Amino acid sequence: MNRRAQLSALLALPMLWLIGIYIFSLVMLLVTAFWVTDPFTSKVKPGFTLRNFEQIIANPAYATTSLRTLGIALAVTALSILISVPLGIFMAKVASPKLRAILAVAITLPLWAGYLVKILAMRITFTEDGFFNSMLGPLGISGPGFSIVTVVLTLTYLWLPYMAVPVYTAIRQLPPNLFDASSDLGAGAGFTIRTVVLPLIKPAIIAGSIFTFSLSLGDYIAAKFVGGSTQMIGSIIASNINLNPPIAAAYSLVPIAFVVIYLVSVQRTGALERM
Amino acid sequence: MRFKIMTGAAFIAVAALALSGCSADTDSTATGGLSIDVPDIPMLEELGEMESEVNIIAWSGFVEPAWSDAFTEETGCTVNRRVAGTSDEMVQLMRTGDYDLVSASGDASLRLIAGGDVQPINLDLVPNFGDDIVEGMKGQIYDTINGQSYGVPIGRGANILQYNSDVVTEEPTSWDVAWEADSPYAGEIIAYDAPIYIADAAVYLMAHEPDLGITNPYALDQDQLDAAIDLLKQQNKIVSEYWADPAAQITSFAGGTTSLGTSWEILRKLTDDDKFKSVLPEEGSTGWSDAWMIAAESESPNCAYAWVDYTSSAEVNGAIATNFGMAPANAAFCDTSDEAAAHCEYFNATDEEYFSNVWFWTTPIEQCIDGRTDVTCTNFQQWTDAWLTVKS
Repeated sequence: MNRRAQLSALLALPMLWLIGIYIFSLVMLLVTAFWVTDPFTSKVKPGFTLRNFEQIIANPAYATTSLRTLGIALAVTALSILISVPLGIFMAKVASPKLRAILAVAITLPLWAGYLVKILAMRITFTEDGFFNSMLGPLGISGPGFSIVTVVLTLTYLWLPYMAVPVYTAIRQLPPNLFDASSDLGAGAGFTIRTVVLPLIKPAIIAGSIFTFSLSLGDYIAAKFVGGSTQMIGSIIASNINLNPPIAAAYSLVPIAFVVIYLVSVQRTGALERM
Repeated sequence: MRFKIMTGAAFIAVAALALSGCSADTDSTATGGLSIDVPDIPMLEELGEMESEVNIIAWSGFVEPAWSDAFTEETGCTVNRRVAGTSDEMVQLMRTGDYDLVSASGDASLRLIAGGDVQPINLDLVPNFGDDIVEGMKGQIYDTINGQSYGVPIGRGANILQYNSDVVTEEPTSWDVAWEADSPYAGEIIAYDAPIYIADAAVYLMAHEPDLGITNPYALDQDQLDAAIDLLKQQNKIVSEYWADPAAQITSFAGGTTSLGTSWEILRKLTDDDKFKSVLPEEGSTGWSDAWMIAAESESPNCAYAWVDYTSSAEVNGAIATNFGMAPANAAFCDTSDEAAAHCEYFNATDEEYFSNVWFWTTPIEQCIDGRTDVTCTNFQQWTDAWLTVKS
């Protein structure tokens, strides 16, 4: 009995947080998606209608924007993996302890800067007369301007630490004798990475990808400041949030669905258990 | 260093941006034809004793200690300010019932009036609302419904065509450089990022596609809305960026990404660079106009009236207009000093001819405000929905 009381005391705060804040607000969101908005005064009235969902299906802008956002989130995740794996191997296995420390700080340092500051920094970098064009202009290279490419680069910049840190930690924990064994058996570096390192760090990559994927999916400030005319899921939700909250609520189920599908497919690979 | 200055400017601009949520249409013939079912809310007949405080939702720059402290001293009403960023936010905030006053723009005011969120205003209790209020801001559709006034004007401004004279060497006389696919500045054009921008396309179509029969850019039937959206989609191919944030707009011009596009006088001024010039093209333009409105359920109506009257005086109204960068509603301000006269001149405060070409932001509603009765016009939700298709 005493044990049970202890257990409830231990779980009270997290459960209150989880149910009271997380689940409750999600349920309210779901419920609002079925409410109606007065077209004139934009007052929200409780009720039950599927019109919001019909509108999302009927207007092709919602579907194309969803797919575009999905593409951006996947591109950011792929780019983060491409950068993190070689970087992690170098840091964990090649770099001297001093260089390793410097690199670790360099990767995590951007996390200390404000989110908006980083996005505005990217804006200044990629503006027509900005840093990128003035550095690479003499070589005949001109930047992507404000476009979907810049959005992907900016989001990668923002979320890279969430991928790089777990990947580095995972590689660091790989026993050195695995590399020796692989080498003794005649495998080259590339072959070792493909057959030994990658399978072992897969859970770390998946953990990181959950962050990069879902954070990119929900972002809209980057699209607003460096996207030019790029429209993301968040942009549409933001433009509807005051004017027509029910349709914003209905549409926010799309990114939730994306994340759930992603988590389920990841879970099927069995990676979540080993995380 | 240049960026540092710009950031400062940008923050001021943010205030300005907030302003942008704005306003309404304009010609009195249209006003005469419009009658809307509005909830019956009693009007205050006479003033009583002052309450202890007044809660105001305002655009940034409208309520500042420079003039609100003196008000508190005079009336005993403590001023609590809440700055809002968009018209839609203002509408939502007003519905919480926690506020007495709002500086509503024309695209918010109709919604507030029809929603029963604001009360009719007894202009007899606002002595400073007198002959000096500029003609173009009296009895407008966005604050006067069925002949009853709901708002007291603060100021107004136009959405102008700003250009970088280093790139655009000849002053444009038409918006065509911003809309047509063969514009010499394709890829360097900035557009405003909000559904209300559809009205800008409608203003252009009004001049260039008379067959569509648009007579008021806020009264579009389905065909006219489709035409405006087609024009916006055409423009989407030549824009460098859309702006909703003034800081972004200023850096877009200053950074060379954008050579021309829609802007406000205040933003042009904030670039602090003479190469950026502005013009009101021959087609005219959209604009915004703000007015004080009193909450239907106001707990401090006397303080609210006192504030409305206080800020309608030449000095205070002028101070707000100067701080924010717009044309003041009270023309008497223009005669108070040389600086004031220069401000009025710069913002065309009393130039009704200038503003006759400006279509102030108004909430589009199903009832056609241009007087047509044989068709149903598109409402703001349809505009919002259509707007999403422009960028996809």
